Amino acid sequence: MIRGALVREWQVLLRAKGAVINPLAFLLLTTMLFVIAAPDAITTATDEASAVAPGVLWTLVLLTQLLALDSMYRRDFDSGVLEQTLVSAQVPFVTVLIRIFMQWLSTGFIMACLGPVLGVMLGLSSQALPATALALLLGTPALSLLGSVGASVTVGFNRGGVILALLVLPLFLPTLVFGADMVMAAQAGRSVMPQVYALSLISLVALALAPFATLAGLKISLEMQ
Amino acid sequence: MTLQPLLAVNTLSCERGGRRLFSPVSLSVLPGDYVELIGANGSGKSTLLRTLAGLHSQFTGEYHSQDTLYQGHRLGLDGLLTPLENLAWLAGLEDHTLDHETTLNALDRTGVLTMAYSLCAAMSAGQQRRVAMARWVLSSRKLWLLDEPLTALDASAQGLLRDIIAEHCANGGAVICATHNAIAIDGKSELILDAAIAETLP
Repeated sequence: MIRGALVREWQVLLRAKGAVINPLAFLLLTTMLFVIAAPDAITTATDEASAVAPGVLWTLVLLTQLLALDSMYRRDFDSGVLEQTLVSAQVPFVTVLIRIFMQWLSTGFIMACLGPVLGVMLGLSSQALPATALALLLGTPALSLLGSVGASVTVGFNRGGVILALLVLPLFLPTLVFGADMVMAAQAGRSVMPQVYALSLISLVALALAPFATLAGLKISLEMQ
Repeated sequence: MTLQPLLAVNTLSCERGGRRLFSPVSLSVLPGDYVELIGANGSGKSTLLRTLAGLHSQFTGEYHSQDTLYQGHRLGLDGLLTPLENLAWLAGLEDHTLDHETTLNALDRTGVLTMAYSLCAAMSAGQQRRVAMARWVLSSRKLWLLDEPLTALDASAQGLLRDIIAEHCANGGAVICATHNAIAIDGKSELILDAAIAETLP
């Protein structure tokens, strides 16, 4: 069953490339918009610390994740795949976990890889670039996990986008705070270990709670229709 | 030898939006039974089936069901996958794997073999229904809960549906089917859902 679910997720991922590419294009575009709109905020000298870049980078990552989350369960909900999963699967929990993992792989993981590029665009000092990638790698799983809870509750609504944002953005706050702080610390040459622990802790707590909450949310959504 | 019922329903009544949909029903489904669920629009046929499938939790009374296959209005076929891939995934949910030959035979029987490698999104509503029927044939589940299975089916597919249900019942399975058009199956019983009176007819 686990293999079947993984195979299906992979096939869908390969055939719905837009779901992966569109949020990334959004991230690159908004970053560029910020660079164009506020060139003064971007320091050109790479050695100098940028005060706004870490916060801007993380905010844009959050918004991109939000954009991708809206469609997280929608296709499966509309096609009845979700129904079948809950009725027939021995352990729906595992299916949910796989869905969250694939969602992270197609958004958070790629954003973590792109992190240094975005950092350069926003004028982060070069010594902060590895820490940027690490911060995104540790923080984005929490975004996918917590976002999944919001997506599961709003999937039954026709226009759940705004409600999803209101539900999920407050949950993203700890990740945003520690993520941006970690990049700041790296720029200033301070140790980033406290933030590494904090981000890991947030992601692990989310991993322990979010799949159960998601499953409950999906059941409620299926019942409301 | 007494047969173990596949489904036992005891004074079950479903609620939706704070409203009781139908008077309590009791019913026992044995292997080989075909039960037709009849009632006007909004009488709670779909909700009853969803309850029995475990998808609806607002109800009074009790039921015991096991080994169920649920077919709702949404077919559970992913539009981005081919029938073969969809069937393999659905079989995986029941924890068994299908060999290629068996799957193709099932698709051949339901008349969509030529579409086996095209995406489900590109198929008509009736063709998708036929793929769903192939799934029932391939399933090992005993109790089928079918919600309006005749929707979008042409005359030949309706005949096929009848044959598949009859065959399943003959093989020790059971079917509960919500429909507005009676399906001619020997020895069928009817369960009429009515807001005022709900009763089981032999």
